[in-house]
Amino acid sequence: MNKRIPSALFALGTAVLLTTACTPAPKETKIADPGASVSGTVELWHFFTEREAAAIDQVIKDFEAGHPNIKVTVKSGQDDSKVTQAIGAGNGPDVGLSYSTDIVGKFCSSGAWVDLNPYIKRDKVDLNRLNATTRSYTEFGGKRCAMPFLADAYGMYYNKDLFAKAGIAGPPKTLDELTEDAKKLTVKNPDGSLKTVGFLPLYDFYENAAAHLAPATGAKWLTDDGKSAVGADPNWKTLLAWQKNLVDWYGYDKLTKFRASLGDEFSADNAFQKGQVAINVDAEYRLAFLKDQSPNLKYGVAPFPTADPARYGGGYITGNIMGISKNAKNPEAAWELIKYLTTNDAAVTKLANLIKNVPTTQKAIADPTLNADADFKTFIDIFTNPNSMTTPPSASGPAYQETFGKFLNDYQAGKVKDVDSGLADADKQINSVMTLGG
Amino acid sequence: MTAIRVRRNLTILSFLAPALIGIAVFFIYPLISALYFSLTKFDLLSVPQWVGLANYKRMADDPFLLQSVRNTLWMVVVFVPVRIVGAIGLSMLLTNLRRGASFFRTVFYLPALVPPVAATIAFVYLLKPGTGPVNHFLEKIGIDGPLWFNSPAWAKPSLVLLGLWAIGDLMVIFLAAVLGVPESLYEAASLDGANAWHKFRSITLPSIRPVILFAAVTGVIYTLQYFDQAAVAGSIASGQATTGAGISQSFGYPEGSTFTYPLWLYTVGFRYNALGYANALAIALFVVAFVVTLILLRRAKAFSGEES
Repeated sequence: MNKRIPSALFALGTAVLLTTACTPAPKETKIADPGASVSGTVELWHFFTEREAAAIDQVIKDFEAGHPNIKVTVKSGQDDSKVTQAIGAGNGPDVGLSYSTDIVGKFCSSGAWVDLNPYIKRDKVDLNRLNATTRSYTEFGGKRCAMPFLADAYGMYYNKDLFAKAGIAGPPKTLDELTEDAKKLTVKNPDGSLKTVGFLPLYDFYENAAAHLAPATGAKWLTDDGKSAVGADPNWKTLLAWQKNLVDWYGYDKLTKFRASLGDEFSADNAFQKGQVAINVDAEYRLAFLKDQSPNLKYGVAPFPTADPARYGGGYITGNIMGISKNAKNPEAAWELIKYLTTNDAAVTKLANLIKNVPTTQKAIADPTLNADADFKTFIDIFTNPNSMTTPPSASGPAYQETFGKFLNDYQAGKVKDVDSGLADADKQINSVMTLGG
Repeated sequence: MTAIRVRRNLTILSFLAPALIGIAVFFIYPLISALYFSLTKFDLLSVPQWVGLANYKRMADDPFLLQSVRNTLWMVVVFVPVRIVGAIGLSMLLTNLRRGASFFRTVFYLPALVPPVAATIAFVYLLKPGTGPVNHFLEKIGIDGPLWFNSPAWAKPSLVLLGLWAIGDLMVIFLAAVLGVPESLYEAASLDGANAWHKFRSITLPSIRPVILFAAVTGVIYTLQYFDQAAVAGSIASGQATTGAGISQSFGYPEGSTFTYPLWLYTVGFRYNALGYANALAIALFVVAFVVTLILLRRAKAFSGEES
C-alpha cells in the first residue's frame, strides 16, 4: 500500500470536517410574551444609497424617537448577495431590506429569514391593511418570512408630442390599438432603417421582461403545484403572437440595429427620454428620472394595454421586502422596527413621499398627505387594480423567469419554428432549472 | 546521523512552511471543500444535504450548460491562438524596429495595464453602432460597420478584438524570448542563404517554443475562466449596465452569444443559490483545465522530441 494514501486520507478527512464545521446549523427562535418590553440595539442592512439612504435615516430617527429603548444601527448599500453570505456565515443583520422579491422563496424555504407569523399573531397585526398583491409576494410555502416595504407598479409611458404629431388622441388601451399606434408613430430613414420607433417590443429591451408584460394577457407562470405553466396557459400564446407580429412588422434585424444605437436605460440617454421610442414600459420610479433628467419632455402615463379590454387598468407589481435573519441578535427589536416601517401608515406615507415609490398599506395609499400628482396617481391605481399581477416566489429565485426569458429571446429572433413544441420544451427547461432550489 | 538528518529536514520544512501553509489554506482546503459541497445540496443558508453524484448527473440535463460550453470552447479555440499569434507577430515587429523601439514597446504594453472592466466598457462604447466612433469612421469610408457587441455573430469576435488590444502582457514575454535567441544563429543562417521566413521558422520558433507552451497553457486556463469581459460587455451592450439583470436580459447578451461557462456557474451559485451544483460545475471546470494542461504539456514534449 502506498505510504502516502493514509496521509492524503487524513488531510481529506480534516478538510471535510472543517468544511462541515463551518456550515450553518438550524436554530429555534422563541418569541417574547405579549406586552414584554423591547430594548437594545438592532442592526438594519439596506441597499439604498445617497438620497434614498438619507430618507431611510429620517424615518429611522422617527422610529427611535417613538422607541427610546431601541437604538438602530443602519448599514446602507448592502445587496442581497452580502446579506445571504452574512446569514450563511452566522453573522446576518437583525433586519435585512432587499430590492427583490425573487429571494423570498429561498429565504422562506431555507429559514434564512424567520417566519413572522408568530409575531404577527402575538401583536394582532391585521395583514388585510396591506395590499393583496404585496401580501402574496412576501410569503412562500405557508411561511410569511417577509413584509412589503414600498412597491413598484409598472405601466406605460408615452410621448405626447410624438402622439400629437402622429395624430393620435390618447394612449392605446388594447394590444391591437398599441400595434396600430406603434406603426403610426414609427418613422423610417430614407434607407429603410428605423429613426423613431413607436414601441420597441423586444423582450430583452429595458423593462420589457415577460414578467412586466404578462398582466397584458393575464398569463400565469406557475401551476398550483409549483410547476411551469407557460406551455399550458393560452394567455402566453396570445402575448407571444402579438409581440411576434409587431417584431416581424419592423423586421427583427432592423429592430436589433436600432436598439443597438440606444443609450443606457438608467442614464439621461434613455431612449424614451430622448424621444427615440414613443411608448415604453416602465415603473413609477421613472417619474423622478424624467423630472431630473428630461424636464422638458411632454409625456403621459397610463396602464399598459391589454388583450382583453376587461383586464385594462392592471399591471405588474413588485417591491422591496424586509425580514429578520435567523441569526438576528435582537429579533424582538428587529420585529418592532419591521412592524413600524411596513405597517405604520404615517411612516409608510413618509417613506413613499421621500423615496417616490408606491406605499403598501391601504391607509397610506388613501392618505391625503401622500404626494400623488396625476401621474403618480395613475401608478397607484394600477397598484390597487384587481387585474394587477406579480411573479410568484420560488425556491430557485428568478430561475423560471430567466429560463423562459431565454426562450422568448430565441422566439423573437425567429429561432423557434413551432411555438407549441417550443413552449413544451420551455416547460421542461423551467421545471428542470426550478429543481435547483429544491 | 539520524538526528542531523531530522534537524536538516526540519530546517527545510521551516523554510517551506510559509508556502506550504499558503497552499494548504488557499488551495487544498478550498478545493476539497468545493469537492465536498459538489456532492451536496447547498444554498449557503441552510445545512448542506448529501446528494452523492446527483449534481454531476444533473449536468446531462442542464439546458444552459451546452450553450455555455460551446461559447467557452469557441473562445478557447479562437481567442488563445489569436492572442499568441498576435503577440509573437508584435514582438517580432518590435524586435526589428530600428528606431523608437522603447517607445512602441511602452505604447503596446500600456493597454494591458487598463483594468478589464474599464477596458470592456470603453470598447463597447467605441464600437457602439450608431453613436460609437468606430462605425462612424467606417461609414465615412463607405463601410456599413457591424453591430459588434450587439450582434450574436460579432459579439465573440469583438471580445477577441478586446483581448488583442490588451495583448501587452503576452507581448513582453515573447519579446524577451525573441530577444534571447542568440544572434549567431541568425548570422549563420544568413551565410547559408536563409530568408526571413526560414529564419523565423527554423530558428525563432523552435527557440521560443517553451514560451509558446507557457502562453498556451495559461491562455487556455484563463479563457476557461473567462468572466469579467463577457459579463460587462453583455450588460453594457444590452443597455442595462446599472441593474445587473439576469441571464435573459444582460448575461450572455445578445442571444446568449457571450454566455460563457463561468457566467452560468456564477448564475447558478449566486443568483439561484444552488451552491452545490455550482461547486460541481467548478470541479468539472478544474478537471477540464487540468486535463487540457496535461495534454498540452505531453504534446509539447512530443513535438520537441523529449520523452513524454
